[in-house]
Amino acid sequence: MANKGRIAPHHSRRGEAPQPQDLSGSPDAPAWPQAIYELLKRADIRQMAYVPDAGHSRLIELFQADPDVVSNVLTTEEEGVAIAAGAWLGGQRSVLLMQSSGVGNCINMLSLSAISRSPLLMLVTMRGEWAEFNPWQVPMGRATEPALNAIGVRTLRADTPDDLVEMVGSAVTLAFEADQQMAVLISQRLLGAKQW
Amino acid sequence: MSEPALDRRQAVAALLKDRGDLLVVSGLGSPSYDLHAAGDHDANYYLWGAMGAAALIGLGLAQAQPERMVLVVTGDGEQLMGLGGLATIAVAKPGNLVTVVIDNGHFGETGMQKSHTGRGIELAEIAKACGIEAGLVRNLGEIEAIRKTLRRKAAGPRLYVVKVRPENVARSLPARDAVHLKNRFRGHLGLPVN
Repeated sequence: MANKGRIAPHHSRRGEAPQPQDLSGSPDAPAWPQAIYELLKRADIRQMAYVPDAGHSRLIELFQADPDVVSNVLTTEEEGVAIAAGAWLGGQRSVLLMQSSGVGNCINMLSLSAISRSPLLMLVTMRGEWAEFNPWQVPMGRATEPALNAIGVRTLRADTPDDLVEMVGSAVTLAFEADQQMAVLISQRLLGAKQW
Repeated sequence: MSEPALDRRQAVAALLKDRGDLLVVSGLGSPSYDLHAAGDHDANYYLWGAMGAAALIGLGLAQAQPERMVLVVTGDGEQLMGLGGLATIAVAKPGNLVTVVIDNGHFGETGMQKSHTGRGIELAEIAKACGIEAGLVRNLGEIEAIRKTLRRKAAGPRLYVVKVRPENVARSLPARDAVHLKNRFRGHLGLPVN
């Protein structure tokens, strides 16, 4: 990973002792979650909604530890599309985290973002496309990008950590300055195959 | 239903009387018409689609505007499509969010097919099971009691199910342009147009 070893120490929750920075137990924890978190903080993201994915776990923890960001755990991903629209109506920027399988749950709800031209920033961890062990992930992995494009969400696909951080920055501007509906797809190759 | 139910227009109009600085989101179909009939307002955000979204748009809005009270007016069918959202709202605990479900027990927009609430499912009980303060409203006196609480934040989210008669009343159509409605709403809050 290009930014390996540059993660600043952190507190997993306010008031608790510092935790080991590597949550996966590997000494090779990637630096991009911290870089994305800092970028989104600079962009004044104030709400974060998620259905968890292993690839998002570090970013979720960083936001949940942040008293200036409201975090919402969702029962299904389309809820986050509605929350994002409401947040924007109320003047706040938000980010929505999900796995590629969740994109399928969102499709009709995305008509809300599209037709109201409300800024939307989704970060999607991909499954079913690289060294995938679970065949059930493959169909929605294949459909993720075309389905998003079909409903009017523009996609940026990142295959390296450096590209990823740059693309999130670009997507922030396109979403919140240019009123676009954006999804950054984080490739499974970048995330690494799930360990069983 | 064993007890007489309310007229939906009368119920929503009574709920919105002297609305003050209430921010209101309405679910697609008749609730959007009811809200419009009660009086168009810059702080109304009417949905014409995105079924299941209303209460969750209310959540995002309530979180962004913690000092303002947010009212969601939606229907039983719309809320049934967002059942999981009740759990999400309960966990988020917004004290400035009140959801009012106008429950006629039917999918009124599509030919009055009986909905789950018309077949015995009670949304207020589901909300209560999630930990949301919830109750049934069957008369104008109870509407008035709720209306008075709409100005005040509570410890957590609230949901009231207003039992109304299953009848199609004359439509009162708000603007359908969601960009216009969005910018009008944000303008009301003093937020800029991009």
